[in-house]
Amino acid sequence: MSEIEFVSWVRGPGFQLAVIIFVAGVIIRLLEIFLLGRKANLAEARGSAMQGGLRTIFTRSIPDKGTLKKSSFKIVSGYIFHFGLLVTIFFYTPHILFFKDIFGFSWPALPSAMVDALAMISIITLFAILFDRLRNPVTRFLTTPQDLLVWFVTIFPLITGYMAFHRTGLSAPSLLGLHLLSIELLLVVFPFTKLMHAFTLIMARWYNGAVSGYKGVAS
Amino acid sequence: MTTSNSVLSQFNIQSTNEMTWNVIPLLHQIKHALQNLLDNNVSEIIDLRSIPLAPGEEDRLLELLGTGEVQARLNALGPSEITETRYSGVWLITHYNDENEIISRHIEITTMPDILLSQTQDMSIAFQQLTELLDEQNEQPAQPTDAMTTGNQV
Amino acid sequence: MNNKKNLNEQNLADSLRSQGISRRSFLKFCAATASMMALPPSMIPAIASALEQAKRPSVIWLSFQECTGCTESLTRAHTATIENLIFDSISLDYHHTLQAASGDAAEAAREEAMRENWGKYLLVVDGSIPTLDMGYSTIAGMSNLDMFLETAAGAAAIISVGTCAAFGGIPHAHPNPTGAYSVYDIIKRYGSSGTDGVSAASIKHNSAGSVADKPIITVPGCPPIPVVITGVLTHYLTFGMIPELDHLGRPKAFYGQSIHDRCYRRPFYDKGLFAETFDDEGAKKGWCLYKLGCKGPTTYNACATTKWNNGTSFPIESGHPCLGCSEPHFWDGGSFYKALSMPTEDLSKTAIYTAAGAAAVGVALGALNSSKKSTAVAEHTKTTIDDLEK
Repeated sequence: MSEIEFVSWVRGPGFQLAVIIFVAGVIIRLLEIFLLGRKANLAEARGSAMQGGLRTIFTRSIPDKGTLKKSSFKIVSGYIFHFGLLVTIFFYTPHILFFKDIFGFSWPALPSAMVDALAMISIITLFAILFDRLRNPVTRFLTTPQDLLVWFVTIFPLITGYMAFHRTGLSAPSLLGLHLLSIELLLVVFPFTKLMHAFTLIMARWYNGAVSGYKGVAS
Repeated sequence: MTTSNSVLSQFNIQSTNEMTWNVIPLLHQIKHALQNLLDNNVSEIIDLRSIPLAPGEEDRLLELLGTGEVQARLNALGPSEITETRYSGVWLITHYNDENEIISRHIEITTMPDILLSQTQDMSIAFQQLTELLDEQNEQPAQPTDAMTTGNQV
Repeated sequence: MNNKKNLNEQNLADSLRSQGISRRSFLKFCAATASMMALPPSMIPAIASALEQAKRPSVIWLSFQECTGCTESLTRAHTATIENLIFDSISLDYHHTLQAASGDAAEAAREEAMRENWGKYLLVVDGSIPTLDMGYSTIAGMSNLDMFLETAAGAAAIISVGTCAAFGGIPHAHPNPTGAYSVYDIIKRYGSSGTDGVSAASIKHNSAGSVADKPIITVPGCPPIPVVITGVLTHYLTFGMIPELDHLGRPKAFYGQSIHDRCYRRPFYDKGLFAETFDDEGAKKGWCLYKLGCKGPTTYNACATTKWNNGTSFPIESGHPCLGCSEPHFWDGGSFYKALSMPTEDLSKTAIYTAAGAAAVGVALGALNSSKKSTAVAEHTKTTIDDLEK
């Protein structure tokens, strides 16, 4: 298969396959969670579940003082790389074009040099996170193969994207094809791993807030 | 190799004056080469064909370099123009084919472009030709005067 | 016959001298040649001495399933005096479009050239070779495949000119009704088995050359830039060697850089200034054509520096995004007008259909889970650690 055939495949059937698995996987898993249902709470409501739920979705983003002091590295590094990932994915012109093709609308981009810098910061941060996780005996003990897989499928697109942007290492079509393949890998692995936290995080925060809000307590 | 200004305007190609990305770096390169020539007597050739020039950039560069004291025209397999720019030691050499199309253009930073020097091979042939010409001249007057004089060596 | 033998013995320097061309003219020729071969000017003395020794090899040009664009491109290589010299310095013994002879006389000329120069002639191919029904393309009743294998057997090197010969090109594009393949693929598939022996015998040569190990130079492009074709030919004629090739067999001198890396509009790409349509303000100002589908980033060719029509312009400079015509598979590589980062299939439709299907499956699974749950409750099933770890 020539390089351009490879690029055509990942741009075409490869993406279709990845999107099918991703969309089907996410929807099925989310529906399964929703349809699990909860037993009706027969106690009288003392506050608003909805308010509590909605509020908690946002307030959970602010770490509480104690946790921040104890696990400052984990929290700060987590925020840094998530932010970098978000900017790299959604505010880089070629990516915006990609979303425009799917969603039909686009938005302004950030300067590519800025995106490049943030991508590098994210890559370094991810390496630091892995190093920290494996160095601490407790977290090392808790680390499963799935954790390492998830780490890999997250950093791989960043690395291949960085290489593709700087056009080093392989021929240009191979770099592009590899980057697209890495995205497809991420999409395919997503619904079967803890990457689902991207969606379930909202649900979990809402649930905690709603339960407390119903009882009329802060959460 | 280059689109003249008339061609640019004919096809409505806009040349940007604000961004001349290659002109300034090229001028720096020429400046450094000139320094090298002054200090170490080393010549340099810059092939303009190998550099991606935006529309109008080559014209701008040549405009900046200008024309100096020397202009030579070569007639060898089509015309060639060898011009010393307004900067002494910086020469512009343009080779044309028989149909006046540019086949090569480069900037030479040197005391004298090699192409202007007379070549040993050509000079040897020239020597032979001159010798033959003079021999002919010797023979010609000898024929009619043969009957008139005897043993006179010219 | 005799004249040809003498000419073949002469080297280029002798040939020029006998035409009354001065050494100064020869040096001008070398300078233009260096530029044409994309070699640095410091190599001019080496070129001069190499050309002085170069003999006049025989070149056989075979045209198969092609549009003749490559031959047109080559004859447009109007450093006319220089090209005349090159063509006078090679013996173009066979070329359908350019030769005067036709029919049996033409084929006889080819066979004679092959016989006389066995193992030393240069074989240039343009057009792809069909493999499904040999009747799709024949010359003098001989299939392209047979003619190619027979002629390639005695070649010193093979040059595939144009994307059709190099990678398959238009005939190879989906659905490839003629089973067309590139020169390289043909050699891989048929090279070791060789010809059927019948045609080989008729040539009466001493050694049966193996086609599989012939050096191949690919010069792709649709068509290739004229001076690139002549530059490659000249390199081989001057140095008697193949130039340095990349992983697809393309000379690095011309195909070593991508269009994107040499494009004069690159500063606009880096600054994020793109033309959104073909006639908006950005297009008029000459901004980057990435959003209009430019394949410059994944295409390797000399268009951005050497340009076309004696350095006049190239597609991007004229306002049209690069098609990627010197890359394999470019006809099937997605729309010419879709940016490289856009998927080629309709992903939103895929997503919507998948979502609908997944919703149905999800609801079904939810119902299944809930019936499992009520059964478990009714039977007072104990929860185990495995259930929690699921």
